[in-house]
Amino acid sequence: MDLYEYQGRDLFERHGLPVLAGGVATTPEEARAIAERLGGRVVVKAQVKVGGRGKAGGVKLAEGAEETVARATDILGMDIKGHTVHKVMITVTADVAEEYYFSYLLDRANRTFLCIASVAGGMDIEQVAAETPDKVVKAPIDAVKGVDEAKAREIVTAAGFPAEVADQVVEVAVGLWQAFVAEDATLVEVNPLAKTRDGKLLLLDAKVSLDENAAFRHPDHEGLVDQAAVDPLEQAAKEKDLNYVKLDGEVGIIGNGAGLVMSTLDVVAYAGERHGNVKPANFLDIGGGASAAVMANGLEIVLTDPSVRSVFVNVFGGITACDEVANGIVQALALLEQRGEKVTKPLVVRLDGNKAEAGRAILDGANNPLIERVDTMDGAAERAAELAAAGV
Amino acid sequence: MAIWLTKDSKVIVQGMTGSEGSKHTRRMLAAGTNVVGGVNPRKAGQSVDFDGTALPVFASVADAMKETGADVTVIFVPPQFTKGAVIEAIDAGIELAVVITEGVPVHDTAAFWAYNVAKGEQTRIIGPNCPGIASPGASNAGIIPADITGSGRIGLVSKSGTLTYQMMYELRDIGFSTCVGIGGDPIIGTTHIDALAAFEADPDTDAIVMIGEIGGDAEERAAEFIKANVTKPVVGYIAGFTAPPGKTMGHAGAIISGSAGTADAKKAALEAVGVKVGKTPTETARLMREIMSAS
Repeated sequence: MDLYEYQGRDLFERHGLPVLAGGVATTPEEARAIAERLGGRVVVKAQVKVGGRGKAGGVKLAEGAEETVARATDILGMDIKGHTVHKVMITVTADVAEEYYFSYLLDRANRTFLCIASVAGGMDIEQVAAETPDKVVKAPIDAVKGVDEAKAREIVTAAGFPAEVADQVVEVAVGLWQAFVAEDATLVEVNPLAKTRDGKLLLLDAKVSLDENAAFRHPDHEGLVDQAAVDPLEQAAKEKDLNYVKLDGEVGIIGNGAGLVMSTLDVVAYAGERHGNVKPANFLDIGGGASAAVMANGLEIVLTDPSVRSVFVNVFGGITACDEVANGIVQALALLEQRGEKVTKPLVVRLDGNKAEAGRAILDGANNPLIERVDTMDGAAERAAELAAAGV
Repeated sequence: MAIWLTKDSKVIVQGMTGSEGSKHTRRMLAAGTNVVGGVNPRKAGQSVDFDGTALPVFASVADAMKETGADVTVIFVPPQFTKGAVIEAIDAGIELAVVITEGVPVHDTAAFWAYNVAKGEQTRIIGPNCPGIASPGASNAGIIPADITGSGRIGLVSKSGTLTYQMMYELRDIGFSTCVGIGGDPIIGTTHIDALAAFEADPDTDAIVMIGEIGGDAEERAAEFIKANVTKPVVGYIAGFTAPPGKTMGHAGAIISGSAGTADAKKAALEAVGVKVGKTPTETARLMREIMSAS
């Protein structure tokens, strides 16, 4: 889960790291209250999970409460690269003398964590690394030993931080590592890490990603989810413990196992190239050992999506029993009919593996004209795409 | 022969008394796996009956190894206890630990991996979030169904469970030496490269199917490794060509960040070193079939 800047700022503050005083507002009036509390000159920053907001006009200075209200009014509702601004962060300003870069992240290739530090901050670090690689230090971090003062000093020396801020950077490096571990983050990035004219170090931006697998030990992380930005179908799926991602096509997809479902999306997209360019409407993994009830929940979510014109159920029964899946399909259709929701979208079903014969027999026995059985994955994808194209 | 798991492997199950653990212990036994016991400190000294096979429960992995000579552990404990279970297995010095558990925090995986490295990598870890390893006809450690295919001379390594099963099914008439599901998490104990190296060295494997997916650069690194070290034919498949950037596709590791981790980049890297890459699982199986019938 990626956090908004203000959430990252709050998280840094909770961990005792030096950040600017500030607050977050969803309306100009809330912005006024924050500006009055802070006093003087403030900066109003659009809260969107995308880069380049400064260039897009999403970051403005304001002098006093009235100007803050005006700037917040301008920025709230603005569209930045397809993201609508619903919140602005307002902070006091800093008199910046130098800008550095500091981050911890997951290093998949080396199966550990990595610290990236540079005295050339305030710009895109990938660009700095490409143009002046000697200005970027990448230090592997042992996941067991972590970052203590000695390790932090090693990084600070290697990156060539000026002597007058070295001690402060060491302190931030240790504190940021502690926050990274304590919050189960996969990324904490500070760009810029700034030195003010009076020699103080400040974390002026916050990019934080948290590991959703660690949610069980962070009940407070649930509150960081931006409910307004969650797709309603994704929300409904989550409540039913289904792994669903909304996409923008016409063929509803249900499968078991993340890899097989990803593969199903591809196969449908290829077939779509021959049938009116239809595409997958979603990713939905009903998981291993799925029961009839899980199948029924999944089908209900997919059929609720108005852009879906046909559905492809692609199941390879490993642990999952295909007879359960078939029962789930039949039950789900019956259930939706009972509720008075007329199902008109055709279903193409491919079942293989554990109890495939029994599953196919159940589907055939249901005698439902909406259900079409195809015995190969490629063939079924072709048929589902064809039906979606015909339903345009 | 096969890689890492053979008919002589003695398997214990951490979490054998839990619902998933007991279900799959029964299936592993039915597949002919030599399961010799389980671990649960609160139930040590008891035994559990699996359709007539009574398996002893030990207090620790070390105890189980001492009493049974076990050299493989399959871990089914819940995510919050997985790190502890793996570290216990590493401390006991077991050869192979297969971590089935899904949803393990990546800091925990990073920690047990670093611990394993510090201990000199005495233990091969497969997973977490994986279906396990199966050497058809010999042994099965994990949740891969045993009845899809018999033994043969293809080696299979895959990030995904169900795609593993799909590929086993497509090539069931030829059969497999060993199928390894390495798991879809960002940090995993056994990589494509580890499996490729083992299959290259295995006299009973003639050709290798490698299944990858979006996210990270493991497939690109595997391609470099194949170029330098693998003489046996390799056929590849990558899932997620049409996945949008920034969205996690089920597996915690399956996410495209910026331009990195795309299926196209992985396919290009593999093809550049002579690996044939199928567009679909079925086409991939056909490419492998051509290789096996030519040899």
